[in-house]
Amino acid sequence: MSKEKKMKLSLPTEELMGSGHLACQGCAATLAMRYVLKALGQKTALCIPACCWSVIDGPFPQSSLGVPIFHCAFETAASSASGLKAGLEMVGDTETTVVAWAGDGGTFDIGIQALSGAAERNEDIIYVCYDNEAYMNTGIQRSSATPYGAWTTTTPVRHFKNRPKKDLDAIMAAHRIPYQATANTSYPEDLYKKAKKAKDIKGTRFLHIYAPCPTGWKSRPEDSIKLGRMVVQNCIFPLYEVENGEKYTLNIRPREKKPVDDYFRLQGRFRHLRDEDLKFIQAEVDRNWERLLKLCEPKS
Amino acid sequence: MKKVIMGNHALSWGAQLGRAQVIAAYPITPQTQVVELLSEMCANKTLDAKFIKVESEHSAMAACIAASIAGARAFTATSSQGLTLMHELLHWASGGRNPVVMGNINRAMAPGWSIWTDQNDSLSQRDTGWIQFYCASNQEVLDTIIQAFRVSEAVMIPSMVVLDAFALSHTYEVVDIPDQEKVDAFLPRFNPPIRLTPSDPHAFGGLTSPEHYFELRYKLQKDMEKVPELVEETGREYEKMFGRYLGEVEDYRCDDAELIFVTSGTAGYTARVGVDQLRHEGVRAGNVRIRMFRPFPFEKVRMILSRARKVAVVDRNISYGHHGIFYQEVKSALYGGNHDVPVFGYITGLGGRDIMPETYKEIAQLTLAKQKPEEDITWIGVKR
Repeated sequence: MSKEKKMKLSLPTEELMGSGHLACQGCAATLAMRYVLKALGQKTALCIPACCWSVIDGPFPQSSLGVPIFHCAFETAASSASGLKAGLEMVGDTETTVVAWAGDGGTFDIGIQALSGAAERNEDIIYVCYDNEAYMNTGIQRSSATPYGAWTTTTPVRHFKNRPKKDLDAIMAAHRIPYQATANTSYPEDLYKKAKKAKDIKGTRFLHIYAPCPTGWKSRPEDSIKLGRMVVQNCIFPLYEVENGEKYTLNIRPREKKPVDDYFRLQGRFRHLRDEDLKFIQAEVDRNWERLLKLCEPKS
Repeated sequence: MKKVIMGNHALSWGAQLGRAQVIAAYPITPQTQVVELLSEMCANKTLDAKFIKVESEHSAMAACIAASIAGARAFTATSSQGLTLMHELLHWASGGRNPVVMGNINRAMAPGWSIWTDQNDSLSQRDTGWIQFYCASNQEVLDTIIQAFRVSEAVMIPSMVVLDAFALSHTYEVVDIPDQEKVDAFLPRFNPPIRLTPSDPHAFGGLTSPEHYFELRYKLQKDMEKVPELVEETGREYEKMFGRYLGEVEDYRCDDAELIFVTSGTAGYTARVGVDQLRHEGVRAGNVRIRMFRPFPFEKVRMILSRARKVAVVDRNISYGHHGIFYQEVKSALYGGNHDVPVFGYITGLGGRDIMPETYKEIAQLTLAKQKPEEDITWIGVKR
């Protein structure tokens, strides 16, 4: 009897992303693309506005992806994807999955109007926001996705960001789109499953992918996966799905909810925070978590 | 088929006959009837198109560009504030070589709020790399849209078809609506050599280093330079099939004219009445209505104006700190030639104030009274 053990693979081996991309070390946005494309397959077209990924892919005439890309204007990910989908259908291609692939600045801030418009029209597109919590491509400026307490180049430590992260998932839920989910590259199977599920649904689908950025967070590249695990375990970025804006499903409920402190200590962007700041943040995280648990309770 | 339709509906008919496949538009006064009729056409399935009812003009142009990249014929219409909101995307359309066709209703820019006509909205898009046509009748609007699709797709450069707010957009005229079959013969399906498809994956518009960018812009200009001849050829072929000719410019009684007006839009039709009245009084006047503003019809303008003894450019627009915009363009076209014709610049009709046949009479009197212009702007009808 052979003692050889074969590892069971949880993701397809097919790669639509080459290794010759231009991302920083430890960039989770690259992993996000790799996993999402594994789920969506080659019949996918991307609209990428100004964001890290407009650089990561590689300069003209090269591309590190095996799917077509329209590099579009900053605030137009959702409107470009709407037009691309309509255009492809009118030339007889009804199969291609059209994806708007934008960072948090292009989604939470400058692109929110087009996103809201597309979601309200229920355009048949998948919108992916990889969220590294600031304008990283331009050099770490705060966005409305930057969390409370963070240092960025426009929120220096003496005036760190004093407003909470915008709750974009709630905004998207208010649009009653058929499917939305939060995801995280530290839980690749969960991310893969959600992208796959999104692919088979018609209408506007929204994936909010948490994406650690060592360059902007002043964290170690080798900690990106760890940070992704921690942020779920301490309930700062819970993994959940919402269907039709109403049916909430919590995907991972930590056995023991961890305090936020360790997560904050691993990132230079939070180095200036005092114990009382962390207490304040902990209270906010607790409130958000309780609110989410209520939304996820089965409806009677 | 002859129908009495408004200028705005001439745009919608042009888009339907041109078989636009994707329409993305946002309502703005005085453009709304364009999108209303197109909505009806799509709902009645007389037009097989996807109509994306976007939440802004910015998104309208973004969607049109992306549809064009997919290989679909895309159309939109807007006006004034809407056009200027699109400004960034106008560069994307031309830079990406996406032959979108757009109707723009000339409306004065706020503040103060105005819904009436002048040309500052579209003329301030001068350097965005779009072909621009200015129309003077509803028939011309419809015919120009059909020809614009063909011209744009031949050189992969977008076109803007411009008409005056209310003076044309809401004016009803008899329009000969050509048969669909004949239009199909004139305008084949859009079939771009390159399109975005997963079966041949490429990145469109990615980061372009100084190694490549310069050449892309050089090629855009080189193709823009082909447009005047292309517009003439297209106009002649259209004339053969439909009996109506439209070129870069329309000259009226210029052959023996000593005074030639340079006009555009509906003011250029009024100018013909002014010319007739002046001729009746013994003044040998003529009119050149510039139909194509970009690319600028240098050859035609030089050829016609070199015969005149005086040129009076009538601008319904202004470049603040400079002069009337057509005035600048005409002077630049004539500069360095072997004809030293004095060019007089007049600004009138801003914000929709009427331009009447009498306006041309006044301009003729002022122009004929002087050997050479003493100022670059002579204001007509301004209350001081």
